[in-house]
Amino acid sequence: MGETALSLREERKEAFVSGIWKANPLFVSLLGMCPALAVTTNFESAIGMGILFTFVLLGSNIFVSLLRKIIPEEVTTPCYIVIIATFVTVVKMICEAFLPELYTSLGVFLSLLVVNCIVLGRSEAYASKNTVLNSTLDALGNGIGFTWAICAIALVREILGTGMITFGRVFTFIPEYSLPILKLEGVYDYSIEFFQRSLGGFLVLGIALAIIAAASSYKKNKAKVDALNAKKAAAEGGK
Amino acid sequence: MDLFVAFLLAIVSGALIDNVVLSRFYGICSFVGTGNKVKPAFSMGLAVTFVIILASVVCWPIYTYILVPANMAFLDTIVYILVIASLVQLVGIFIKKTSPTLYKTLGIYLPLITTNCAVLGVAQGNTDQGLDFLSSLGNAIGTSLGYLLVIVLFATIRERLESSDTPRAFKGVPVALVTAALMALAFMGLQGIV
Repeated sequence: MGETALSLREERKEAFVSGIWKANPLFVSLLGMCPALAVTTNFESAIGMGILFTFVLLGSNIFVSLLRKIIPEEVTTPCYIVIIATFVTVVKMICEAFLPELYTSLGVFLSLLVVNCIVLGRSEAYASKNTVLNSTLDALGNGIGFTWAICAIALVREILGTGMITFGRVFTFIPEYSLPILKLEGVYDYSIEFFQRSLGGFLVLGIALAIIAAASSYKKNKAKVDALNAKKAAAEGGK
Repeated sequence: MDLFVAFLLAIVSGALIDNVVLSRFYGICSFVGTGNKVKPAFSMGLAVTFVIILASVVCWPIYTYILVPANMAFLDTIVYILVIASLVQLVGIFIKKTSPTLYKTLGIYLPLITTNCAVLGVAQGNTDQGLDFLSSLGNAIGTSLGYLLVIVLFATIRERLESSDTPRAFKGVPVALVTAALMALAFMGLQGIV
């Protein structure tokens, strides 16, 4: 009895944690690249996109999980798309009403959350087979994972592209402020403008994925070498 | 005549200057996912082209003559995605009946088109920007030709990349994205055309 309770808790923890790092939707599963490239020219839009994305994912995961025994198997995908589209419309209207600057800066990519591979993928792969609580945790984990991933890309692109980080332009409720890093007006300017263009997006994401691939292969190699060394040491000790 | 020129301009700018994949970032998933062999990439591109044009032709009148008079413009995204999903089904059935060989080449890509952001992106963009019918048709044709062009070019490059000696960490998707960056740089040079 105690064992099942423990494994249930571990399952919940796994549902939440795996999306953040181990199975990060963008960096590991390579999903959702369109918004990751399109809205990452500035840090604030990326945060906004991440939060709205998390809301859509949360809503759709909870609903799909609630209805998982009712939706007939032949029409799962259309049903999921309608559920997702409903939440996207709700989020879109809320965003347009309360944060019009964010709404204009995200543009059509807010509507395109309907066909976002992560949202649809989590519905198909996870929420349709798991309990409501687990699906909620999974949505939160994946939402946080995607948010930090696009924020990291946006940070690199904004710092390299404009030389500074600007706050308050999209979230107008905080005062506008620019933090100079690579560029100080009239003193020095090391910014590289093309990181703001589309090719900068492709380049940053490509290099980020390469770094992750290199790190994971280094880790694998190290584990192999460690295991070999331990074996050798054991054999020598045996002698 | 002026109308015709505007129509042509919409096609050229959609296909080359404001390219759908390289500068507007629609359909990157399919771009990275399928772009390994030229022939399937071409089939996929053709299927997407067809659905984009059809979806724009159907969605624009629905928005202008049904949703706006009925005061339900906020339902546009839901309606578009339903229209696109059913269009893809219909196109699948139609092709299956008329040309089984074409169905065999396009078949597996057809269900994927529903979730290709280029299709919804163009339909949504047309009405969001308030384009008239002819401009949205031009935009759809230009965008889809741009998609076809880039996905075929990209597949050709990746076919060569397969056999070349890339650094181990860059194998697969990372080098594909760097290639896309260089292609985007090349397409930036076309901005002076219009």
